[in-house]
Amino acid sequence: MHPNLHLWLIPFLCFLGFACNLLLGRTWSQKTAGWVGVLFPAAAFVDALWVVSQWSRITVPYLETHSPWIAAGPLTIPYGFQLDQLSLVMMLIVTGVGLLIHVYSLGYMAHEGGFYRFFAYLNMFMFFMLLLVLAGNYLLMFIGWEGVGFASYVLIGFFFRKDSASAAGMKAFITNRIGDFGFLIGLFFIFDHFHSFDYTTVFAQVRQMPVEHAWSGLLTVIGLLLFVGATGKSAQIPLYVWLPDAMEGPTPVSALIHAATMVTAGVYMVCRSAAIYDRAPLALSVVLATGALTAIFAASIGILQRDIKKVLAYSTVSQLGYMFMACGAMAYGAGIFHLMTHAFFKGLLFLGAGSVIHAMSGEQDMFRIQALAPGGLRRYVPITFWTFLIATCAISGIPGFSGFFSKDKILYEVLSGQHPNAFWWAVGTIAALMTSFYMFRALFVTFLAGPETAALSHPTGQEPRAVEAHSVDAGFTAGHAEHQAAHPPAHEAAHPHESPASMTVPLIILGILAAFGGYIGLGDRFENFLAPVFNTGVVLPTHPAASELSVSLISISVAVVGLLLAWFYYVKNRQAAENLKHSLAGLYRLVFNKYWIDELYGLVFTRPLAAFSRVVLWRIVDVGMIDGTVNGIATFARGVGSGLRRQESGNIRSYASWVGLGAVVVVLYVLVVGVR
Amino acid sequence: MHPALFFIFGGIALAGAINLLVQRAPIYSALSLVAVMGALAVLFLLLGAEFIAFIQIIVYAGAIMVLFVFVIMLLNADVPEPTRRSKVAQAIGYPVMALLLVELAGFFAAAFGATPVRTGGYLVQVAAVGQALFHEFLLPFEVTSVLFLVGVTGAVLLAARREERHGAAPRATRVHAGVPTRAMAEALSVPPNAMGGAVIEPAPQPESEPAHARAQGDGR
Amino acid sequence: MIPLSYYLILSAILFCIGVAGFFFKRDIVSIFISIELMLNGVNLAFVAFSHALHSISGNLFVFFVMVVAAAEAAVGLAIIIAVVRARQTLNVDRMDLMKL
Repeated sequence: MHPNLHLWLIPFLCFLGFACNLLLGRTWSQKTAGWVGVLFPAAAFVDALWVVSQWSRITVPYLETHSPWIAAGPLTIPYGFQLDQLSLVMMLIVTGVGLLIHVYSLGYMAHEGGFYRFFAYLNMFMFFMLLLVLAGNYLLMFIGWEGVGFASYVLIGFFFRKDSASAAGMKAFITNRIGDFGFLIGLFFIFDHFHSFDYTTVFAQVRQMPVEHAWSGLLTVIGLLLFVGATGKSAQIPLYVWLPDAMEGPTPVSALIHAATMVTAGVYMVCRSAAIYDRAPLALSVVLATGALTAIFAASIGILQRDIKKVLAYSTVSQLGYMFMACGAMAYGAGIFHLMTHAFFKGLLFLGAGSVIHAMSGEQDMFRIQALAPGGLRRYVPITFWTFLIATCAISGIPGFSGFFSKDKILYEVLSGQHPNAFWWAVGTIAALMTSFYMFRALFVTFLAGPETAALSHPTGQEPRAVEAHSVDAGFTAGHAEHQAAHPPAHEAAHPHESPASMTVPLIILGILAAFGGYIGLGDRFENFLAPVFNTGVVLPTHPAASELSVSLISISVAVVGLLLAWFYYVKNRQAAENLKHSLAGLYRLVFNKYWIDELYGLVFTRPLAAFSRVVLWRIVDVGMIDGTVNGIATFARGVGSGLRRQESGNIRSYASWVGLGAVVVVLYVLVVGVR
Repeated sequence: MHPALFFIFGGIALAGAINLLVQRAPIYSALSLVAVMGALAVLFLLLGAEFIAFIQIIVYAGAIMVLFVFVIMLLNADVPEPTRRSKVAQAIGYPVMALLLVELAGFFAAAFGATPVRTGGYLVQVAAVGQALFHEFLLPFEVTSVLFLVGVTGAVLLAARREERHGAAPRATRVHAGVPTRAMAEALSVPPNAMGGAVIEPAPQPESEPAHARAQGDGR
Repeated sequence: MIPLSYYLILSAILFCIGVAGFFFKRDIVSIFISIELMLNGVNLAFVAFSHALHSISGNLFVFFVMVVAAAEAAVGLAIIIAVVRARQTLNVDRMDLMKL
């Protein structure tokens, strides 16, 4: 028997929450708006759990189609939903972590304006994200894809009165759009060749096709184009630039959208299209290379950032690189596994950062936080500290925590899987070292006591702090100072306090998941669960270069070395960090300014484009040609009118002259041509 | 005999017409037109249309032109000021006239150059005219009587002074400097103030705007 | 022998002089007089044709032309009086209120 799961209900519940809060939220009290905003995602999560309970009774993949959405001649696209292992995992992550972050937002956003609007948008995001993961065809997924991009835009620019926030929102949307352009062309290719967008139909046809070894075959092209969309959505090189700026949005937004769920949509899409990628080795290599390069590039920038959210942003970019590395190595299961653990620990990290910011009344610079909290922040916010510690261990790959299992698996597959590459494995391992280093740096600086704990009342800090403050380059963004302005200090900075229960409970839950969530994957259980989805008919031999154990040992040692280095430079001997910075001043400037990539893009793309728009498109085309044509027609009409007007002089003699002229002509006609 | 009469009285008609064109004061033009009509009456006689000839003298020259002369006297119309407002008329006036003349004359000469006119070739009796009027042309004849009725009524109404029309006392109006003399002013029932000479180029006066505005009502 | 065309050409000349008078005269009454000249020219043509075609209707048409000319003269002159009273001038160039 085949029960009807009503998959459509899960996204729809979130949509209801969005509609209620958007239309009626303004009239409700903050409490009601909050309840509504949390109730619907909770219902969606409960529904998701119920679907899980029905797992054994359905045939997988479970397809659900509703009335045709587009029926245009031979083209028929239904509202089609699909449930298989992959979408089940994604759905649980999205609804579960999403629910926790909604609850967290009750506490975090309590003192901000636009409470109901926030929850409306957050629910809207959940709706689109669920649409994305539950879709059964590429087009419906694309709707969700675009929708989460839009939700990201409104949420990043939530504090819309701040110029930097709206600019960041626009940057995110436009960069996404560039990626979506490639994605769309990929979709066109898919439809043109396979005449359908349905996953089942397309992949059934793809399975008939051989593995492509030439440099450009259809599947390679499709794979590369779809990956362009993924680089936009999942912030890989070259389209990652929006993610650090996206930290302008409220911290729950950063946690949900830019850590746990939206940015993973690209990974999901690549995994879903595994059948295509498996048959396009070139595309796989590109994915692998991009992922690895992004991982190490972003990690290097994260080492020197001062704003805690920026550190986490670059960390997200870097970890997404790991997920793409897994996909590039044909280890899709490992990629999804890391996606899940990343949702736990990165979500936890962001929520913890939010808790810290909340405690410090808006301060986001880690070094200033250290200066402002006498004796170390961890005395004041113990729950936040311990959960943050768990998450840091998880992301660094300390054995036993969830991140260790997933990252380890990825690195092993990159080295000795079906599509291995030793070089990228080395790159990934170095990036893991950097990851451990900068995460523990962040932990130590934020929570532990600094070398001077005396000064309390000077927010700009004491002497050593001043040295560090003055050595900051002009490239240091003043964004966080504005962020302070957006958070009027409700509590004095000298008295940091722990967050309310609505914030700490999700932290604890995520802490448990970050600590123990990895054991799901023990013994490849997780990957085996997902294996039927990635059974694309292409099985390549693996290349065991080394045993899994030795690879794990290398990873562990790298993580520990990172921890020790961070401890050395930021706890034990701060002066050594200073000396290092001065001796490598040039390199420091380069990395601290994010390799000036944003400026480069501005110079090469943005400014010429803006100039072209202004000079050519606006002045010449719009004002000159279009307005000119319209105004020209009016002017012409007016000119003709005013010219013809002169004939109506009111003067009898003129009129008579014209009549006489007419008479001459008529007489001439009658005489010459004649009338019968 | 016939050619002599034709050329003499034709010449008189032509001379009268040209004089009409040349003279600047309307009274001279009117009198020239009387001369033309007289000459034309003789030509009509030559063509055998006795009734028409005498009607021409009695009605046309004797009544209509007299009416013209009366009105000229009433308006005391003199040489008008030399405005040249119509560029079109200046530009194409003579050419149009010439062209028209050439067209018509050419056609007539070509088409009827050979048909002779003999004195007495066709005589129209008055009785025949009467017969035709009351038989074939009865309807137009009756319509013309209605026409006259309407014409008389309209003429009386239009020319009446406004106050006479509405039964009020005459009002004072400002006088445009182009108005020639006192007689005209009295005839138009305006007080004779600021009467200038005959030929003055009037400057547009803003004060006379209300007069014009009011007077436009009269013009209806 | 006077050919018919002589009468007709005379009629055409009178008509065209009337037209010229209409173009070039500047006071209203003179223009009216020119109109009368035009009508007379046409009368001559009618009578000439009536003689040539041996038809009485030419004469009768002249009769009606005269009737209409009379009525027209009466009403026209009344209008002229009214207009001159309003515009205080005889100059036709000054009567251009219909100007756009």
